[in-house]
Amino acid sequence: MSDEVARTAIEAVVRESYGRLIAFLAARSGDVAGAEDALSEAFLGALRTWPDEGVPEKPEAWLLHAARNRMIDDVRHRQVRQRVRPWLEQLVAETAASGAWREELPDERLKLLFVCAHPAIDPVARTPLMLQTVLGLETARIASAFLVSPAAMEKRLVRAKAKIRTAGIPFRVPEPAEWVERSAFVLDAVYSAYTAGWENVSEAAAGRGLAGEAMVLGRVLVRLMPEDPEARGLLALMLHCEARRGARRTSEGEFVPLDRQDPARWDRAMIEEAEEQLRRAAQVKRLGRFQLEAAIQSIHAHRAVTGRIEWREIALLYEGLVRVAPGIGAEIGRAVALAESGEVEVALARLDALAGERVASYQPYWAARGHVLELVGRAEEAREAFRRAAGLTEDAGWRGYLMGRVEGSHGGLEAEREG
Amino acid sequence: MKYALLIHAPKTYFEQRDDASTQAAGRAYGQALQEAGVFVGGAGLESPLAATTVSIRDGKRQVHDGPYAETKEYLAGFGIIEVPDLDAALEWAARHPLASRFSVEVRPLLGSHFAAAVKTSA
Repeated sequence: MSDEVARTAIEAVVRESYGRLIAFLAARSGDVAGAEDALSEAFLGALRTWPDEGVPEKPEAWLLHAARNRMIDDVRHRQVRQRVRPWLEQLVAETAASGAWREELPDERLKLLFVCAHPAIDPVARTPLMLQTVLGLETARIASAFLVSPAAMEKRLVRAKAKIRTAGIPFRVPEPAEWVERSAFVLDAVYSAYTAGWENVSEAAAGRGLAGEAMVLGRVLVRLMPEDPEARGLLALMLHCEARRGARRTSEGEFVPLDRQDPARWDRAMIEEAEEQLRRAAQVKRLGRFQLEAAIQSIHAHRAVTGRIEWREIALLYEGLVRVAPGIGAEIGRAVALAESGEVEVALARLDALAGERVASYQPYWAARGHVLELVGRAEEAREAFRRAAGLTEDAGWRGYLMGRVEGSHGGLEAEREG
Repeated sequence: MKYALLIHAPKTYFEQRDDASTQAAGRAYGQALQEAGVFVGGAGLESPLAATTVSIRDGKRQVHDGPYAETKEYLAGFGIIEVPDLDAALEWAARHPLASRFSVEVRPLLGSHFAAAVKTSA
């Protein structure tokens, strides 16, 4: 067998089972970094032996055994045999009985996700930690998506993994009483993987974004916590946004606002899947931030059927969002929706109330303000606001669009999550 | 796993903590720790005004009046508890009567995490 075949087999295992293997090993040792080291040793061993001996019938079981042996060696070296013996014995027993292991190996990834998004972990490390431990992404790839140097990202990850081990963060699924609070951290971390791939669409197109990875995590979450309506809401939100990927830019790369996009270019299958997820979430009757955001996107998607946007409904949903998850983005969204449904003066008053340091350098605020001012008929001030927004964006396509608004060419403004 | 709960409070706290309700709340908390079987040790501390700091430099003992460093907050007390993991330690830290007024730092004691690895696998 060629090296090529062995490498392909290993890559397949990495894609399919990396997170499960890490979660299984780490949930027993409490040590994510140790589990990663052991598993990467096991992968190296596979690269050495599989080309000659062939890919084993159960590659994952083979890797798990190799990783386990490596962890046992490690522990021996640390001369703590006495205290760790019960853990080792259990690990040996569990991994020895790995017949059809995929069915038998408990899926501990949910515990791992809760560890990665534990409140004791630095918030900026949570998403990278998930991407690395659950999906096996390389540090360099993660660093590039978060616009930091690989060395800085590596430091952040190493520190977080050391904290998991030394602080004794438990591998467990939270109790019902703490579920909503703790699962929100997990959902936020997955969503920030999605937006890291989103903020700069041109880079995402060049393969730097993580939207695809975030979608994988979102699906894993729904599978692991099927009863949680917010996990489905998050998946629905990401699906709605992904469905428009092809319609968001003209072939020249120019930005097309959501309410000007051609619905024929939206991905219908993704929209239908999003709607199905939202329906199932609604059955649980626990509304939350992601269901509300997905519902807003759902109304926009409905334009493909009715040809119009129900701005009043959107304004109502933003009203809910401002209450459930207060934030400047939700307030701006609410103001725009109010303006579009005819209440321009109220909308402008809301935006005025936001003015100050919070929004001074916040691009979406100035874009929204320009739009609302234009609707009120204060053209000169509108141009000024659009110019200010254009000066604050990093994205060339979006800047081009905003400069077009400065010139007075009319258009909608739903920038979605842009900026 | 053993954790230290370190209570940090501003200087002003040390002058006003002798009131009966503060003391009663402290006693109730200590009792709860004992009854749960997690209490290893701990105490409240006198004011930093009562602190003396010692170090050895070049073989010579140096003693100075006052706490190690002048800061905004001082160690006002500590507790050592033995619980299965960080989540349990955080629960106890949150119950500390001073957690709602000041801050409780939770830190594992050095070298106690292997015992936890055994426990969580059980």
